[in-house]
Amino acid sequence: MKERASVARDYPGKVILGIDTSLGSAVAVVEPDGVVRSQVESADPRGHAEVIGTLIERALAEASVTASDISHVAAGMGPGPFTGLRVGIAAARTFALGRGVPVVPVVSHDAVALELMLHRALTGGYDEAYDETFAVVSDARRREFAYTVYRGLDDDGLPVRVAEPALTPRDEIDGVLAAAGAVRRDAERIPAAMLALAAARALSAGRTIASADALYLRSPDVTIPGVPKRAST
Amino acid sequence: MSRDEPLVLGIETSCDETGIGIVRGRTLLSNTIASSMDEHARYGGVVPEIAARAHLEALEPAIHAALAESNVALADIDAVAVTSGPGLAGALMVGVGAAKALAVSLGTPLYAVNHLVGHIAADVLTSDQHGADAPLEYPTVALLVSGGHTSLLLVRDLTTDVELLGETMDDAAGEAFDKVARLLGLPYPGGPEIDRAAASGDPKAIPFPRGLSRASDMAAHRYDFSFSGLKTAVARWVEQKRAAGEEIPVADVAASFREAVVDVLVTKALAACRDYGVPRLLLGGGVIANRRLRDVALERAAAEGVAVRIPPLSLCTDNGAMIAALASELIMSGRPASTLAFGADSTLPVTEIQVAEDA
Ligand SMILES: [Zn+2]
Repeated sequence: MKERASVARDYPGKVILGIDTSLGSAVAVVEPDGVVRSQVESADPRGHAEVIGTLIERALAEASVTASDISHVAAGMGPGPFTGLRVGIAAARTFALGRGVPVVPVVSHDAVALELMLHRALTGGYDEAYDETFAVVSDARRREFAYTVYRGLDDDGLPVRVAEPALTPRDEIDGVLAAAGAVRRDAERIPAAMLALAAARALSAGRTIASADALYLRSPDVTIPGVPKRAST
Repeated sequence: MSRDEPLVLGIETSCDETGIGIVRGRTLLSNTIASSMDEHARYGGVVPEIAARAHLEALEPAIHAALAESNVALADIDAVAVTSGPGLAGALMVGVGAAKALAVSLGTPLYAVNHLVGHIAADVLTSDQHGADAPLEYPTVALLVSGGHTSLLLVRDLTTDVELLGETMDDAAGEAFDKVARLLGLPYPGGPEIDRAAASGDPKAIPFPRGLSRASDMAAHRYDFSFSGLKTAVARWVEQKRAAGEEIPVADVAASFREAVVDVLVTKALAACRDYGVPRLLLGGGVIANRRLRDVALERAAAEGVAVRIPPLSLCTDNGAMIAALASELIMSGRPASTLAFGADSTLPVTEIQVAEDA
């Protein structure tokens, strides 16, 4: 049951808040039809907890909306370095909780893919569903990249994932992408407005486009202690 | 916002407990704790990344549970409080991010506070409005003992004047319990296990060392603690018995080890009371659940005329209610909220009771 205009109809005058901290920290306010009301960000790959509150406040102010105008919170679920990634997800969840509105999980790379394809559609004269296979590649620390392979937009205007997010050692990325026939597109930032737009399109289409769990892609780094070390000798 | 009896929601994520507490003034309304302790058991200690992941998953359910228990709606909350530090950086960041977004979403002020001072603030809470306990008197010496910290503080005023007298130079007391439990083949967490094993043991069986207690140490580190030497001494003693093919008297080792820890903690705390002429000692932190520590502290303090205060044990382990309680005290004393520009500070000094106070 697809109801394209359901977002706008259910929430007249309401807007979507997008939050992502999978690379830097980015927050945006977007209307359900995609009009960007505000987009603010910090490129700092670490200080997510420091900046997140100020960024949300600024995004609301620059969009001339208040917290009560938010109908949904789009949360970038990664992939990305965990410590920072969690800050945005936690913030998205509690902001939504405070307003009693839903969280819409979005794969962070989807926002980059959407921006690339929309940009091309607007500037290159191509259709939105431009049919190049490409991979969004971002820093995952520990000498690894996170990458997701895309090809075109579907009928709902959402990026089509050919391969789900995965990790690869940095020096193997080009080989991996060549084998997948994908052009490499490095992402230095996550456009929060595109994250919110992906959420808006998913809502319109009545679809879930990401899991509600953080995209860690890596087990916690732990060492299981063996026999206690000898104290004497 | 009510300045007389503010309704405060506190968020605590400094270690392995996700704590959400709600207080009204000094009245405790709810104290919800989700612990990831079981997930750390097989590693014999808290694994920071596992703790941080667990916080992210536990936060929302814990907030719901705390609201339901206190019969409070989020819209009624006057202020949000959060632990800024000290603690595990990645774990703290989850709480800080959550608290900031919640405060902006609700349009409430945010108070970023010190975890250690929060442990002291737990003592001002009463469970019902009319059962007025005797209020916390100042100055008081506070001994905070947990798996993450071992600190001796002089509290002249909860909201304005807390001084660090000493702290552990290496392991926290709770960590020492975990490590010695492991050595004896007992499960994690070590505190309750050592306690159980020690019940039938002789605390005087083995003369384990008291860290930083020699005269020269007492000059340089009068109020500081060290437990790594004790842990090594226990390990060496056990190894020698094993090497000699002797059975390990687990009960005696546990009792003697515990006695060494308790002795140092109580001796140094009471020395501080004596030196500063303060006849009051407040105990806090998860290790206070150890009955032997409480018993020895009460007995020896009584002999020296020192009054001991111990908050309810449910408020001694890390929790959000103590964070809300500290913020509530700050609000009632007219302090402005924190700005949104602060981060997680894993080594936040105890003198910073509130972080990023708005000028
Ligand atoms: Zn603590």
